[in-house]
Amino acid sequence: MTLQELRLGQSARIEKVDARQPGVVRLMVLGLIEGVEVRHANSAIGGDPMEVTVFGTSISVRKQQANCFRIAPLSANG
Amino acid sequence: MAEPSTVYVPVAKIGIRRRASASVAVIGNPNSGKSTLFNRLTGLRQTTGNYPGVTVEKHSGIAQLDSRALELIDLPGIYCLGGFSTDERIAVDVILGRIDETPPPDGMLVVLDATHLYQGLYLLQQLMEMQVPIVVALTMTDVATASGIDISIEVLQRHLQGVQIYPVVATTGRGLENLKAALEAIAERAAPAIPESWPELSRTADQLMHEVGGTLQRIDVIQALIHPDSKRAATLERRVGKATLDGVRRGLFGDEPPQAAEARHRYHWVREVMHEAQTQAPLLERFGARALRLLNRPWPATAMFLAVMALVFQAVFSWATPLMDAIDATASGLAGWLGGVLPAGAVARFITDGVIAGVGSVIVFLPQILILFLFIIMLEDSGYLARAAFLMDRLMRGVGLSGQSVIPMLSSFACAVPAIMATRVIPNRRDRIATILAAPFMTCSARLPVYALLIAAFVPSRSVGWFNLQGLVLLGLYLLGIAGGLATAWLLKRSALRGPKPQFALALPEFRWPNPQTVAIKLLDRARVFLRRAGTVIFTVAIIVWALAYFPRSAEVESTRAAATAQAHTRVSGAELDAELIRIENRAAAAQLEQSLLGRAGHAIAPLFRPLGWDWRVSAAVIAGFPAREVVVAVMGTIYAVGAEAEEASLAGKLRSATWPDGALIFTLPMVLGLLVFYAWCLQCAATIAVIRRETNSWRWPVFAWTYMTALGYTGALLIYQIGTA
Repeated sequence: MTLQELRLGQSARIEKVDARQPGVVRLMVLGLIEGVEVRHANSAIGGDPMEVTVFGTSISVRKQQANCFRIAPLSANG
Repeated sequence: MAEPSTVYVPVAKIGIRRRASASVAVIGNPNSGKSTLFNRLTGLRQTTGNYPGVTVEKHSGIAQLDSRALELIDLPGIYCLGGFSTDERIAVDVILGRIDETPPPDGMLVVLDATHLYQGLYLLQQLMEMQVPIVVALTMTDVATASGIDISIEVLQRHLQGVQIYPVVATTGRGLENLKAALEAIAERAAPAIPESWPELSRTADQLMHEVGGTLQRIDVIQALIHPDSKRAATLERRVGKATLDGVRRGLFGDEPPQAAEARHRYHWVREVMHEAQTQAPLLERFGARALRLLNRPWPATAMFLAVMALVFQAVFSWATPLMDAIDATASGLAGWLGGVLPAGAVARFITDGVIAGVGSVIVFLPQILILFLFIIMLEDSGYLARAAFLMDRLMRGVGLSGQSVIPMLSSFACAVPAIMATRVIPNRRDRIATILAAPFMTCSARLPVYALLIAAFVPSRSVGWFNLQGLVLLGLYLLGIAGGLATAWLLKRSALRGPKPQFALALPEFRWPNPQTVAIKLLDRARVFLRRAGTVIFTVAIIVWALAYFPRSAEVESTRAAATAQAHTRVSGAELDAELIRIENRAAAAQLEQSLLGRAGHAIAPLFRPLGWDWRVSAAVIAGFPAREVVVAVMGTIYAVGAEAEEASLAGKLRSATWPDGALIFTLPMVLGLLVFYAWCLQCAATIAVIRRETNSWRWPVFAWTYMTALGYTGALLIYQIGTA
């Protein structure tokens, strides 16, 4: 499952990042790396870009890049 | 005998201002409270200038401490030293003293946001590699406490190799005295040891430094390894050989981009530090949080964004009107009074028509510009502009740009100059140039007076449904500007600036109430920049235009006037004589203007504008407007103050009754609409051209922008006039 499929309000742990796709490194510099917990907090119209929180910071992620983050969902209230 | 005693009085207390004896770079993440802290430390003693020889604005201020004064250099807010954007490269170059005539700072004041320690520690870690003394200010501690975040300063300091950390609340000033005391000794402090987050990289860097014999700094070597395309990398490659370096890189980073490996290592260290130094208490959801979250959902948030924009434009037009009327009345009153007091002649005309009318016609925009900037600065300081970029990203992708281009484009509704400077956050050069070329299309405040004049004169004030026709035409002109800008970006991204799709990765700050001091200081800075421009560029243009319209004086016209005056005295008397004399004066002035340099230039260029339905007077006003479009109204005022139309009281009335020699009206509807389109699209602003030159570092883009926009405006006006009159 990738970050793009994470439902609104759900949390997940990032398992693997494909850094070779364009635009992904910039997100890694903002802290989206393997092992951290992320939450799908919000989105713009049409669900793209999505707003993902990591350690209390909201980051805007486009769907295209969200596909490069493999995740493992955590329990619904996590 | 008593010992002579020495009493030390802190310099700040006796009001002496010292010259700065050391400089400190202030650096941190965007929205970390850096600006608020900078303003707290320097107050109003700030300057905005340029670094010599580079396209960078230098914002610095003087902090008066007890025993010395420090120059604080405000660097742009960044997340890493990766060199993704111009702002990031500026920060690195300033800290390492790579900018000519600007010595490297003696230390760094790193601003860490207690609520966003995660990204803050990442940057701090990179900064520690630079081997410059560091003092850390931990801001937003009040917000952190309120959100249940508890940070142990001692644990943090231990992980940061003893770097001193000072918690401050910049908005109230708590903790500021301790921070100032620490800053006093910063230049004498030793650089911190480098945190052991990536031992392999450290070892490799040390080894390579040893190999090249210490000619490169440690940070140079690290940057050369991580950024294979940089100048530093080329230098290192020449020294140790490309094959060796590639091997070293493969060993460190594998087959992924080096910065990905860097992010993994550094964030691994950051998480370990945070795990020990920070605890987060589970918080009950605050009252109203649910309602706020619902408002933040895509559709309500987008509707709110449009409402905010509508409010801003409403405010700019309705709030500014009384102030603008007052300035206008003051300027014309002053000119009238001086005209009566000063002896008649070139000097009096120069002061009233040249200086006061010219500068007054520009100062009159100050209220509008300040109101617009007030809103933009507040939106920026509250973190809302980043939200706007997030909401509009999808739309901007349609023209090949990203949400990051939204912020400069919104600013250019006030003025394209600061907007073009705001494009520095855009990482990709092609996207940045496309945005720079789209920004001047947005309806800036200098276009307004021309629109206002022509709409008031030629569009009937009639209601169309709920709206007023005049308002609709104005809205149409704004949309025309937006369409022109977006179409330009779209075309450029498909031709000259073709490249990979722009990326969009942006941290979205929480909403914060704007800090009044920060807003006031930024607004004052903007007002200062505008008035300096009004006092120099536009003042000069006004004088040159006046001189071109006044000289040379024709003796023939003068003798005709004298003869006519003498004849009138013999023919009529009383009120009739006064009216006759005014007519004679006006005829003479019109004849003088027509044979003046400006009049001749207007005549010479008029055939070019004849297909657009313009006579020599409109052509002359347009030529005069190329250095700064806001002078056009003033020039039209000068040109139409004379001649047959002079009997009409208002400029609008004069335009309405202006005729061709054969008696046909000049300002017909197709001609006016064409003129409006010309103003909407034409690049009539020397300051914008200069800033494009500065920001793109070449004459190619400003020349292209000017040619392209002028051609577009001309074509638009030509089509409308020709189709309208056919």
